[in-house]
Amino acid sequence: MAFYIFRRFVNYFILSAIATCLAYVVASLALDPASKYYGRNPQPSKQTITNILNGLGVNPDVPVLERLWNWIVNLVVHGSLGNTVGGTSVVDQIVSRSGVSLRLLLIGSVIGAIVGVTLGVWGAVRQYKFSDQVVTYGSYLVFATPTFVIGVLLMIGATALNGAAGMQLINFTGEYSAGLSGSWWDLTADRAVHLLLPTVALVLIGAAGYSRYQRSVMLDVLSADYIRTARAKGRSRNAALVRHGVRVALIPMSTFFAYSFGTLVSGSIMLEIVFSFHGMGEFTLNAITQSDINAVAGSTLFLAVLVLFSSTLSEVLYAALDPRVRN
Amino acid sequence: MTDLVSAQGPSTPARTGAPLLEVTDLSVTFPQRGGPDVNAVRGISYQVHKGEFLGIVGESGSGKSVSSLALMGLLPSSARVTGSIRFGGRSLLDLNDRQLSGIRGREISMIFQDPLSALTPVYTVGDQIAEALLLHDSALGKRAAQARAVELLKIVGIPAPERRAKAFPHEFSGGMRQRAMIAMSIANDPQLIIADEPTTALDVTIQAQILEVLEKAKELTGAAVVLITHDLGVVAGHADRIAVMYAGKLVENGTTTEVFAAPHMPYTIGLLRSVPNMQTAGTERLVPLEGRPPSLTALPRGCPFAARCPIAIDVCRETEPGLLVHGLTLPDDLPDDLAAEHVADHVSACHRSDEIASGLLTRADVFPRPAPLAVQHSRARAEAEPVLSVTGLVRHFPLTKGGVFSRQIGTVRAVDGVSFSIQAGQTLGLVGESGCGKSTTILEILEMTRPQAGRILIDGKDVSGLGRAELLRLRKDVQIVFQDPMAALDPRLPIGDIIGEPLTVHGVKPDARQGRVAELLDLVGLDPQMADRYPHEFSGGQRQRIGIARALATNPRLVVLDEPVSALDVSIQAGVINLLEDLKEKLNLSYLFVAHDLAIVRQIADTVAVMYLGRIVEYGPVAEVFARPRHPYTQALISAAPIPDPVIERSRKRVLLEGDLPSPTEQIDGCNFRSRCPLYTLLADADKALCETVDPALRSHGQVETACHHVERNDLAISASLAGREDELAP
Repeated sequence: MAFYIFRRFVNYFILSAIATCLAYVVASLALDPASKYYGRNPQPSKQTITNILNGLGVNPDVPVLERLWNWIVNLVVHGSLGNTVGGTSVVDQIVSRSGVSLRLLLIGSVIGAIVGVTLGVWGAVRQYKFSDQVVTYGSYLVFATPTFVIGVLLMIGATALNGAAGMQLINFTGEYSAGLSGSWWDLTADRAVHLLLPTVALVLIGAAGYSRYQRSVMLDVLSADYIRTARAKGRSRNAALVRHGVRVALIPMSTFFAYSFGTLVSGSIMLEIVFSFHGMGEFTLNAITQSDINAVAGSTLFLAVLVLFSSTLSEVLYAALDPRVRN
Repeated sequence: MTDLVSAQGPSTPARTGAPLLEVTDLSVTFPQRGGPDVNAVRGISYQVHKGEFLGIVGESGSGKSVSSLALMGLLPSSARVTGSIRFGGRSLLDLNDRQLSGIRGREISMIFQDPLSALTPVYTVGDQIAEALLLHDSALGKRAAQARAVELLKIVGIPAPERRAKAFPHEFSGGMRQRAMIAMSIANDPQLIIADEPTTALDVTIQAQILEVLEKAKELTGAAVVLITHDLGVVAGHADRIAVMYAGKLVENGTTTEVFAAPHMPYTIGLLRSVPNMQTAGTERLVPLEGRPPSLTALPRGCPFAARCPIAIDVCRETEPGLLVHGLTLPDDLPDDLAAEHVADHVSACHRSDEIASGLLTRADVFPRPAPLAVQHSRARAEAEPVLSVTGLVRHFPLTKGGVFSRQIGTVRAVDGVSFSIQAGQTLGLVGESGCGKSTTILEILEMTRPQAGRILIDGKDVSGLGRAELLRLRKDVQIVFQDPMAALDPRLPIGDIIGEPLTVHGVKPDARQGRVAELLDLVGLDPQMADRYPHEFSGGQRQRIGIARALATNPRLVVLDEPVSALDVSIQAGVINLLEDLKEKLNLSYLFVAHDLAIVRQIADTVAVMYLGRIVEYGPVAEVFARPRHPYTQALISAAPIPDPVIERSRKRVLLEGDLPSPTEQIDGCNFRSRCPLYTLLADADKALCETVDPALRSHGQVETACHHVERNDLAISASLAGREDELAP
């Protein structure tokens, strides 16, 4: 069993490495880091620009594969991802920013999964009833709405609420209120309030997908003979549905969690920008607008590692849930 | 039937005191969106007393399962249930789900049809049995429940129960899962066990094992059993009473002895006469029960059976008969409670039951047996050239592991040296449990390519050396009828096109095709006007007739019949079998008849080949093999097949097989039947050594060839043989 998971992990590891290398190559070919220096006034000398580019390791005159090789060697030997165009270390940037993103992503995806699974099960059990229809149309609505629109709508709602309450109930700009001082508890509470709206947005996106999928899996399971067996044994309807139904219906969901993680990551990038969070989303976007190859490659690596871990986690989850694949 | 004492079978428990279960006027209706309601069960009443074994018999859609699910309160919430169900003094229909949950599994337990899907795949078998215990006894510890689960598995005959309790359902075979289901159902010593077609999905040898376990479970717990089945043979040997259902109604209810010996309702009579009996099969024609049950959404006025009933009179089409006692005049001064008891004894729902009960109408009057075939030339004829001759046929499948760099880790010996031949106008029955290689054998024959080893000769021509044109010509001579008539017909083609398609392949002109299709429809007993209709407009039996017509389109010499009636309801089977027999005589066809139902094989076949793990273990004329089976496996198969006659069933001695079919990947030295052989266990050590080392070849014993070392020492033959009891046969 451990071997199986190890093997899958190695598989995903190789895939992540390939994805990152491809991202580096694509970024190197598509982005032109020199252009922003040419646009400066006064224009720096050609030599200066070449020096800067060489210092960053992004000189377009060096062959792409050679740059990639240097980048990999640098990563493996020194644990460094190079510098950003701003001159700071990419690794330092990722370390300081990833906490913000991870907090949002983890809380959002876990709550989203729980809410989605619950809604899906509920919808399946109450198939075609009013509540099922509400969940169905609700999730289609969320699907059809761009992420930033959801964010903005939530903000408008919060503003209205604040206005109605006559006080600042929900703060939604930034990760925390600037200049706030107090006990650890006060600071945590402040961060939690700031986290509320983006998390709600992320949960909505996640739950919309999960609930549709869970509903259809659960509908299959509902008509299964073993549910009837469990009830014939003396389990009440709800207990049989949860212990025997949901338990089995979760098995295919564990794969779906891994696949949908990528969607959540892209959603969270949007949300960070809408809610002015200084996280990896903002970092990635800035890197692209500034033609910062090292930063793009670094953030791709970060995302690849996230996907690597979530995929392995879903494999572990699958094996834990389904005895039929354990051997 | 006026003698009430003799009406009680010898094993019938006394029906005294309050009944354990009393169902009164139970109806179940399923409302449909935008359509008429489905009246699945329409006012049925019956009683089950303590320790009684009731068999509920009916065809699919007769309401037998729905009525039992209503007892358990397990119908979908959309179902409308009316009437009353009293169990142990409580009215079950008045209880809520929580109260019912306290009764389910503790006082009433249920065993379901398909053991493959009835267990939750993600919990161990032991846990699932322990769950049944813990749900109703909170004082019981987890460990104690597990220990009890192991004990229960042992009771139902699971080998190594400690280890098996920790296994998951997918590691169990079908028979073992059904044993586990029985273990679960008796866990809390219930008063009533409902078994809904518990053996339908299983092989006949496993069916015999499961019925034995069920009987044992009943003895241990003293529970009453309600066994729901479509197989009259299954209830004949076990049930005390039989209730027959038709179109949502109970149409006859009485002791097993009475219902089998003197049925009062024409439907019961028809069922009993249409089922081939392994004892009498082949000696007389089957009695067909034509037509099909009415739709439950649009029931006709009057008796629902009237349309199929040969003795229906005007009143039958006007009013539906009630379930009443017939042929019995009750003394007026009888006390009410005694009268009520008499009323419950043997009741039937037919306007003419009185005439039947009094003997004015005999069973032969109701459903006359068709005249025997005029020409019986096939039985005696022996032509020089067989239509099909198979010699040493082998088909092995490699078992591989790994994706890109796959390596062979074993061999599935699906067909392992099989030889047989079919003469013109003869029928060979190929029998065996699922997984024995029957299907692979016929696929190899139909594929007409060079086999891995051995030879296939069709009409004397070796198929391996033929070119494309010759093969196409030869394919005309060999056709197949499939098992499932629903799946074998393209639902988007009118049946005329389906039947005519083989003709298109062989280049017959459209005009000639149309005429031929009409001719074929007429031949299989369908109206040629129906050629434009689509398959879904036909019943199962009619669809199988369409399948037969298609097979006959090219005028074949040999027709392969792959379980042609096993997917059909019992009442339909007889008609299709009679048709096959008629066609064989008329068209001088040869059949390769693959089946697991031995009675049907005995009915239709001239020669029989018994297969086990890719080999033929016994091969010879049907009458001889059935009268004197020599191979222990044949003996077990024959003795496992239930006979729809309670007198014979109860007096039969059985040769029961242990365990399941071994995996065909296993390499077994010596005789491959050894692991389950009942004879092997009785042998002396020196004789056993022979079985362990030498693979027995087919040897001739009179007309029969048998692959067993110890035919001469086989004492099981005496108990298994059906010969010597022919005199007991009911006329």
